Amino acid sequence: MPTPLTWQDATITAAVPETPRVRRLTLAVGWPAPFRAGQHVDVRLTAPDGYQAQRSYSIASSPTTPETIDLLIERLDDGEVSGFFADVAEPGDAIELRGPIGGAFVWDPRMGGPLLLVAGGSGVVPLLSMLRHRAEAAPGVPALLLYSARTAEDVIARDELLRRDAEEPGFRLMLALTQGPSGRRIDAGRIAGALAALGMPAHTFVCGGNPFVSAISDLLVEAGLPARTIRTERFGG
Amino acid sequence: MVTRGFTGRRPPRPEAERLPPGQYLTEDFPVLQLGPTPKIDLARWRFTLREGSKPLKSWSWTEFEALPRTRWKGDIHCVTKWSKFDTAWEGVTIDDLMAAAGIEAPTPYLLAEGYDDYTTNVPVADLAGGKAMVATRYAGAPIPPDHGGPARLLVPHLYFWKSAKWVKGLRFTQKDEAGFWELRGYHMYGDPWREQRFTGD
Repeated sequence: MPTPLTWQDATITAAVPETPRVRRLTLAVGWPAPFRAGQHVDVRLTAPDGYQAQRSYSIASSPTTPETIDLLIERLDDGEVSGFFADVAEPGDAIELRGPIGGAFVWDPRMGGPLLLVAGGSGVVPLLSMLRHRAEAAPGVPALLLYSARTAEDVIARDELLRRDAEEPGFRLMLALTQGPSGRRIDAGRIAGALAALGMPAHTFVCGGNPFVSAISDLLVEAGLPARTIRTERFGG
Repeated sequence: MVTRGFTGRRPPRPEAERLPPGQYLTEDFPVLQLGPTPKIDLARWRFTLREGSKPLKSWSWTEFEALPRTRWKGDIHCVTKWSKFDTAWEGVTIDDLMAAAGIEAPTPYLLAEGYDDYTTNVPVADLAGGKAMVATRYAGAPIPPDHGGPARLLVPHLYFWKSAKWVKGLRFTQKDEAGFWELRGYHMYGDPWREQRFTGD
């Protein structure tokens, strides 16, 4: 049986802006079990009167360094918890969290590839963990990230992704920026282009907002990918 | 442990009393599923009760639509922390299904099975007595595919992962067998009021 997930204190060791809307928090944790790329944690905040709020956040960092995790938290309009992480949380603060959680939206090197990753906005976060793990542990696995973001400055981990695209022979980055004069959403043509560049993926992971994931997974099925090879995760849910 | 600097935004009292611990209210209807939404042809749709691998009773869509129908309105709670109030469903209660099949539950446990090969376990006692239905309508219209249509299980007093989407049948089991999420660390029972999210909660 799976082991119980207990709440534990994790200390914020770094907090830096990742994009204008996203803050990167690094936390020191003691895991009861190693995590797998794609998994998330639950965090729990407690007010002085005992009121609590919980949310789930995907892990962005690689499982090869499980003693710390990076969370990339996008400030939501009116966000009770994301607002706290954007404006209040600082290095040295202790945050209660538990995990790792989730056993379906995960990739590990034994699963191999080719690996197709499709992200909408901050849905790229669990996919970053997969890409980082792949680069360290299975650089021979072909991988392609098709990433839709509003503008260039909203692209999370942009420098890293561009560097990986330039340096890692098995990795391709395809950005789809939706705003601006040449703005374009991911459509059937983009999917076809990604499949032509990558070949038929053994595993596909799609993460983003609700309408994005619905639209992309339908396009992938229409492009001939077997449904059972496609895993989805949605935020706002 | 008090979180430094966190004050929080408490929901107003009537709302707070309807929210199980750790949940927040949403006006949306978020979608959670493992993969793409399956394409289900109503002409080939069937709903089957099984004991182990043995079929006990099976209905086509037309036959299923002719079964007695019940409406239910109330709150649903997802393990990912959102709750939604006053959701309105219509479908066939498990009591009416069993009566139409002319059988008693052969075992105390079952697995709900989806067309996407999803499974989740529920004790029969939590489905009987009007506590659950196979729903085919939401808010007065056929359930949209993203929300589990044409038919989904509705067990609103448990976390919503128990309410299997695109349900194709119920399989009675001798013992309480873990389904998809239960094998991956989620709670075997999943009572939101006792915050049974994960193993050990």
